Amino acid sequence: MSLLRIEGLWKTYHDHAVLRGIDLEVAPHEVVCLIGASGSGKSTLLRCVNLLETVDDGTIHLDGVEITDVRADPDDVRRRMGIVFQAFNLFPHMTVLDNITLAPRKVHGVGRAEAEERARELLGRFGLADKAGAYPDRLSGGQQQRVAIIRAMATRPRLMLLDEVTSALDPELVAEVLGVIRELKESGMTMILTTHEMGFCREIADTVCFLDEGVLLERGTPGQIFTDPRESRTREFLKSVLDARRA
Amino acid sequence: MAEPSSGPAAGAENARETGAAGAENARETGASGAENAPATWVKSERQLQRERSRRIRAVRSSTIATVSTIVFLGVVAAVVTRSPGWPRVRETFFSAEAFARSWPDVVDGFWTNVQIFLIAEPLILIVGLLVALARNLRAPVFFPLRALAVAYTDVFRGVPTLLVILLVGFGVPALNLQGTPTNEITLGVIALTLAYGAYVAEVFRAGIDSVHPSQWAAARSLGLNHGRTMRYVVLPQAWRRVVPPLLNDFVSLQKDTALVSTIGVIESLRQAQIYAASKFNYTPYLVSALLFIALTIPMARFTDYLAARSQRRRGQ
Repeated sequence: MSLLRIEGLWKTYHDHAVLRGIDLEVAPHEVVCLIGASGSGKSTLLRCVNLLETVDDGTIHLDGVEITDVRADPDDVRRRMGIVFQAFNLFPHMTVLDNITLAPRKVHGVGRAEAEERARELLGRFGLADKAGAYPDRLSGGQQQRVAIIRAMATRPRLMLLDEVTSALDPELVAEVLGVIRELKESGMTMILTTHEMGFCREIADTVCFLDEGVLLERGTPGQIFTDPRESRTREFLKSVLDARRA
Repeated sequence: MAEPSSGPAAGAENARETGAAGAENARETGASGAENAPATWVKSERQLQRERSRRIRAVRSSTIATVSTIVFLGVVAAVVTRSPGWPRVRETFFSAEAFARSWPDVVDGFWTNVQIFLIAEPLILIVGLLVALARNLRAPVFFPLRALAVAYTDVFRGVPTLLVILLVGFGVPALNLQGTPTNEITLGVIALTLAYGAYVAEVFRAGIDSVHPSQWAAARSLGLNHGRTMRYVVLPQAWRRVVPPLLNDFVSLQKDTALVSTIGVIESLRQAQIYAASKFNYTPYLVSALLFIALTIPMARFTDYLAARSQRRRGQ
């Protein structure tokens, strides 16, 4: 059974349709990469899955239960997934350790000692062991984003949503964040990520989806999408991205 | 199609390698740089000259400032003391004898002001915070609470503080309800709390609104509900931002404690009035004014200090 099932999803802002009938299934342990131009609706799709946006039509099922049901408890839904934002969104008034342990302690009822032990273990795994007591503004962008990923993982989510997690980073800091995502995949985490890093997308994704003006135009394996895209729009997009990289 | 297939993957590979190599290099240059640095710093002739001219300019600036201040104060003093009514004013407002005689009573009254201020301040903080939080509740059950909060801020920001004090001071005891306070100081504290609570609620609300929506999104996405997001994420950040404007309101509250004299509290201003009425000398007003200044200036300076500090932090 699929972990996440999106059917006929529509989202509009005022008169502008951002998502137009999206269908997408994600199997357990699958890594789905969403690609497409800015404004194609990738981020909106992730925000809809996390219920940060209310959908205008269609359904989303998580573990076979509809989460877009009006009676569903959004807090309960969000407890089962983690989302990481482009701008990190760490809590600036809390140390790294408190950022990570806030949700486990206050939402999941884990004791302080246990929550901190897990947080330190995760920090150690991702090379941030010495940053536990630091405040976010003392960290580099790459370190902040790694903390944000650890914060989202600390509650052991079923599904991770990663929204342009490297776009706000200096080029030399991108690699360290991608390394963390690679580790996540190895640990079997189910993920949906949006990215502009085509090389990384090709390496990490099981499935690549190309979004164009709110429509999921094409989906396939990285090999198929990158070497032999069916749609001319996909081909144009990949060509423009590669040209930009060369320039 | 062979080109795009090898392109992106190779690109990522390269990026990782350069990333690692870059970090390696940075460490090495860092280490060798420290070894090569000269042990002592001898200031160049150019720098010494620069510092000399800066010193000269600083001396010149402070001299000009001193002279202009003396001239300004001299002109003001001359205008005031040469005015036709000056001898009379000096006698009734600046009498050393009246100052000394009224001092103990006025100071005694001033402790009442301090007392009112110290009791009212925490109450105002609590009322203001609760009202601001009530206005942020979104669930339909809380509609009456939200409406009440809006009505409260609208009414009490609109009515002059003096009027609130008169209405509460004379209106509440007139109800003759059992359990209602009749003590003037208590009534004064209640009135000030009502009047200032509305202002402080708005300050808190502005602080809460100033926390970026992305902080809400981050907290909610972790599964924190509205209440926990407010308590652990939004309020701690809002609090830091509202401290300077809150202190500013409290400076104003310290002065306004004098308004409760209108409902019969014998505080500093009333003591001065009593003395002035019996001796026909207004010097006690000056005593009272000096006491208020002694209280508010340190508070105002503290506010400035906090505002400057938060400015520095944001600048980082």
